[in-house]
Amino acid sequence: MHGSEPHIHDKNGNAITIDPVTRIEGHLKIDAFVDDGEVKDAQCCGTLFRGFENILVGRHPLDASRITQRVCGVCPTAHGTASAFCLDDALGVAGKIPENGQLVRNLLLGCNYLQSHILHFFALAALDFVDVAAVADYEGSDSDLKAVRAFIDRKELSPFFPRYEGDYRCDKQTNVALVQGYVKALHVRRVAHEMLCIFGGKMPHNIGLVPGGVTSEVTIDKIAIFLAKLQEIRTFIEDVYIPAVLTVAGAYGDYFEIGAGCGRFMSYGVMPQNGDGYLLPAGLLEGGQLSEVDIAKITEDVTYSRFSDDCSAPPAQGKTQAEPNKEGAYTWLKAPRYDGAPAEVGPLARALIAYTAGNETVQNEVNAVLSVAGIGADKLVSVLGRHAARALEARIVADAMAGWLGQLKPGQPVAVPIEIPEKSTGVGLTEGPRGSLGHWIEINDKVISRYQLVVPTTWNGSPHDSSNTPGPIEQALIGTKVKDRDNPFEIVRIIRSFDPCLACSVHVMTASGNPRGIYRIV
Amino acid sequence: MNEVVEVPVVWLQGGACTGCAVSLLNSFSPNAASIVLRELAPGKHVSLKFLMTVMAGQGEQVIDIIRDEESLSKGYVLVMEGTLQLGDDMFATLGEAGGREIPVHEHAANLARGAIAVVCIGTCSSFGGIPAAEGNPTGAASMETLLRREGIEVPQVNIPGCPPHPDWVAGSLAAVAIYGLDAVAACLDELKRPTIYYGKNIHETCPRRADFDAGRFASMFGEPGCLYQLGCKGPVTFADCPTRMWNSGTNWCVGAGSPCHGCVEPGFPDQLGPLYEKIDEERMDRFRLLDPHTQSATKA
Repeated sequence: MHGSEPHIHDKNGNAITIDPVTRIEGHLKIDAFVDDGEVKDAQCCGTLFRGFENILVGRHPLDASRITQRVCGVCPTAHGTASAFCLDDALGVAGKIPENGQLVRNLLLGCNYLQSHILHFFALAALDFVDVAAVADYEGSDSDLKAVRAFIDRKELSPFFPRYEGDYRCDKQTNVALVQGYVKALHVRRVAHEMLCIFGGKMPHNIGLVPGGVTSEVTIDKIAIFLAKLQEIRTFIEDVYIPAVLTVAGAYGDYFEIGAGCGRFMSYGVMPQNGDGYLLPAGLLEGGQLSEVDIAKITEDVTYSRFSDDCSAPPAQGKTQAEPNKEGAYTWLKAPRYDGAPAEVGPLARALIAYTAGNETVQNEVNAVLSVAGIGADKLVSVLGRHAARALEARIVADAMAGWLGQLKPGQPVAVPIEIPEKSTGVGLTEGPRGSLGHWIEINDKVISRYQLVVPTTWNGSPHDSSNTPGPIEQALIGTKVKDRDNPFEIVRIIRSFDPCLACSVHVMTASGNPRGIYRIV
Repeated sequence: MNEVVEVPVVWLQGGACTGCAVSLLNSFSPNAASIVLRELAPGKHVSLKFLMTVMAGQGEQVIDIIRDEESLSKGYVLVMEGTLQLGDDMFATLGEAGGREIPVHEHAANLARGAIAVVCIGTCSSFGGIPAAEGNPTGAASMETLLRREGIEVPQVNIPGCPPHPDWVAGSLAAVAIYGLDAVAACLDELKRPTIYYGKNIHETCPRRADFDAGRFASMFGEPGCLYQLGCKGPVTFADCPTRMWNSGTNWCVGAGSPCHGCVEPGFPDQLGPLYEKIDEERMDRFRLLDPHTQSATKA
């Protein structure tokens, strides 16, 4: 697939365009070029541009942790974390955050992971696998399922219909149980936001993450309420979330075979543990070999992006100059590359890197799933492997949160004093629920003179680059056989396995879709 | 079974972060499942015809819903989340028609013409918010800017906030269902906000007000006391956060040790920024809240 020329403007009958791809965050369109029932090329198009990086210039540096969260209402806490790290670095307090501050930061980000992963599997992805119509003749006593049945009886079926029809494989009882999980998940993800609100003030867009630490005092009553909510969520992960993923995997086993992607994985490492590295480690995994991430090797390519050509640069020197009608461009996403090649980021990347690095918790979790599913480790790089990695990560993070909660020291400091320098630069790296997230700042005359973000879906949803190498989602689609072009389940299931977040990925770039018309998924 | 009237709702997202939709998912009473499945008010059920974040369908099959007059023939409410990018048609598109990508602002105008009411959810669609702030490279603008440009007259309710509290959204929709548009319109302020949610000043209802009066101020994050010195915009912000609190009544910004940033106000973020800069006498003019459309002061 490398070296293939993108089929720009190929509007022949072989194109499947999905615009919008729903049940993701933001505006995404997919063009898939199908020949002989197989995807030969694909273009992943971000169709919204807001220009956050431009809006940040000239503002007070402290405002960045608030403004950048508004890049994305699904993962604002990841941006708040990256921005706080970035400003810690620029303000010279990176090594000085009090232990309480570090622990609360981990807890806030952990809440975001739990909310996001649970939301993704049930509210966003599950409707590709679960048939809600199975509840139409439900006779049991569960009040949620009775409400679903009454809803179906009224025959106004939005937002569950229209939908792709055909490939729903679970039996009635299984479908009913999964619909019950869907309704429960809506409740439990709300509890995850309530938990975040204890130290974060409100969600979405918490106000607790600031350079120097966090804003909220640590008190015993907060810890007690947090723990109660965390236990409820852990029970759900154990009893509903992980079993639901395994159930879907049992019915759709062939989805361990498709959607592999670029086979190269990256993580910056996430949730620093006191003196003990990260909960989930950093690394670059390629061909089974793990190496250290060197951020000097990150560049952004705009060959097929709607930005002026001089926007191809490393993020620290990056710029964002929109060129909506650039010849050959098809997306508002830039193409980040590590050492010149694409990398997949997200829960699967983190699991594979931790596994390879010898992290026993991750090895045990992953081995248990491989054994239940009866598959080899190579099958993890697939649609179902991504869902499984996300569910296992939810359990690992929730368990770690219980430990961090116990380490909090009520009444002790949560932040150090900060001062804005005349001139400085900073980098903040973390992992959002969807993958590697980096913020770069430059301060001049005590205001922001440059701000660049390189976010998870920019990595995963990136377009072809100057060597015509497609991005990870594009590569995951290429080679896929589409059984029914009117209901191309394979395409949407592959895309959603990456949990794309388009507001994030085009925040910084310009985004706008253009006419590449084949499949539309936004 | 009693007859249930369906109230179709089309929820369109423009220059948005999806935070407003996620905030509504956080609704506690009614909860998110109930909003979709059950009657929001006796005999009234919200039929969520279009919301990209949750709807099962995709591509052409969902674009048809908002392009097909018949599917929307029963009076519907248009909910707008996010700004309209008016600077270039390519800055925000959604779906295609005849090989042409359709600008979101075109959907918004078409849908507004046929709607019984437009409910602007969040500060972006209400007033412009962050995408329309200084540096705005996309011509991002509020829904009212688009409606004026297109000469569209339609009842409008603004539910600002970044994001808005789910009670403000669910409560306003329920009020329309129960009491009708005219009754709700009578309870809006000059910025079309329901006064029940946006009528009170944060500083006046803040539990740390006693600290302000006694001169007990926090000088850095994590300290007790009034957050005025850390840039609290409570004195120029009108919302019921201090008493309603967020996320099922769990906490709110000041409760978590952070100054209020005034995210519900038309001047957010430019006139209210720098967000951590203290309000003082000389700067009161800058912090005075202006109607973004008339530039006149909105509150004394």
